[in-house]
Amino acid sequence: MSDIDLPSCSPALLQARADLNYKVREFFRMRQVLEVEVPILASSFVTDPFIEPVTARNAGQTYYLQSSPEYAMKRLLADCQHCIYALTKVFRAGEHGSRHNPEFTMLEWYRVGLDDHALMAEVGDLVTQLMAEVVPQLSIYKLSYRQWFTQRWQIDPHTIALADLRALGKSLIEIDDTGLDKDAWLDLLVTHELEPSLPVGLTFVYDFPASQAALARIVNDEQGTPVARRFEAYLASAPGKAMELANGYWELTCAQEQRQRFDRDLARRRALGLPGYPVDERLLGALARGIPTCAGVALGVDRLLMQQQGLKRISQTLSFDFSRA
Amino acid sequence: MATYSINDFRTGLKVMLDGDPCNIVENELVKPGKGQAFNRVKLRNLATGRVWDRTFRGSENLESADVVDRDMEYLYTDGEFWHFMEPESFEQFAADAKAVADAAKWLREQDKCVVTLFNNAPLVVTPPNHVELEVTETDPGLKGDTAQGGTKPATLATGAVVKVPLFMNIGDVVRVDTRTGEYLGRATKD
Repeated sequence: MSDIDLPSCSPALLQARADLNYKVREFFRMRQVLEVEVPILASSFVTDPFIEPVTARNAGQTYYLQSSPEYAMKRLLADCQHCIYALTKVFRAGEHGSRHNPEFTMLEWYRVGLDDHALMAEVGDLVTQLMAEVVPQLSIYKLSYRQWFTQRWQIDPHTIALADLRALGKSLIEIDDTGLDKDAWLDLLVTHELEPSLPVGLTFVYDFPASQAALARIVNDEQGTPVARRFEAYLASAPGKAMELANGYWELTCAQEQRQRFDRDLARRRALGLPGYPVDERLLGALARGIPTCAGVALGVDRLLMQQQGLKRISQTLSFDFSRA
Repeated sequence: MATYSINDFRTGLKVMLDGDPCNIVENELVKPGKGQAFNRVKLRNLATGRVWDRTFRGSENLESADVVDRDMEYLYTDGEFWHFMEPESFEQFAADAKAVADAAKWLREQDKCVVTLFNNAPLVVTPPNHVELEVTETDPGLKGDTAQGGTKPATLATGAVVKVPLFMNIGDVVRVDTRTGEYLGRATKD
């Protein structure tokens, strides 16, 4: 019997995960948010330039294991108009490392009538409860994407020229930067410099660059800059351990603009030499029928367990990680 | 020569980077949920010992480096080269001063050491972690001072200078940690 025949987590982690699932369901039951189950195997896939599907075959047809329950949940929203959540497995090809497993557990929820800031408050409530045994009073911070960069380097990430951003990036990060665009440099500065120095606690970063809007509304901020009403939550249970935990939007509900973003994504994929996948026409149909004004967020459950239990590797939270699966 | 893609990266892999052989010390996938994937990699440059923090992109490839560690016996130096032999094959290798570097001051003929070969030529020589060497030069020992602290320099048979306790004399054999140059204790003479 070798090491990879054995579970990758300790028995205590099986218990911790079961407890966490129970608390999550209790949290949403108290708030009258309905648990839903949606297909994991579907005929279409997201258009995100940097998310690749795990594919599967059924009766001679190719299907895609979903990278998020988002599209199906939005289709439900169009017709049930109810606040909903899903606690489900999702899949992303090629993502394997100390913080990534190609198959992982996502908690995703949609709140009818709320915007991104109201939803951030709810994420704060949930994470505070789930971390209560480890961190009795979780510190919560909020800052805009612009503030995050300005505090450190006195630059405005929305308006800085690529050449200036590259000069800053090259002074901090050794990389072959041929063809790296502005978003890639912003991501590098976040992952290499800003994220690791976030304080212990839960930090919300909001008002992302419009170029990184994904499925969030784009609205002018107080300075008149178009920004995406998208936020990221980072959780750190110890200094230097911050990791991306959740990603939320004040949801785009306009079918026409959604189709334009899909087209733009697909054009970007073609430019990068990446394959394209079938667009979810049924989501576009649901948006056209109308979905309520809402905010939604996706939270990585395995990473929350890592932080709660002080673990270095995502595999330590999984019964059998990908190398054992 | 084999090439490795980012997906093949793992700790201990030997790759060529900017013309030098490197050992991958750490490899971490960095990928924001919506962003591009990068690999943040720590590599030790085997020629210089310097640790590099480099970030790679999904599309990058690196050539493998033909680097192996071999147990060898140190034979002698002719002043320009240090000669080593693989005990089983009797194959001999000559290492230059750059490869031997600091190891030179610990090498005693017939001692075993690790010679790292790059393209079949010595790149780095690593002496045993602990060596026992005779003191060839030091101030006279002070009797009865065995318990007190206090050290003095002593030159060893290979030329290395280490700090030894005051009671040590010429002809005594000392045990030294080659990684730190620290005196570990007195050894019985062979």
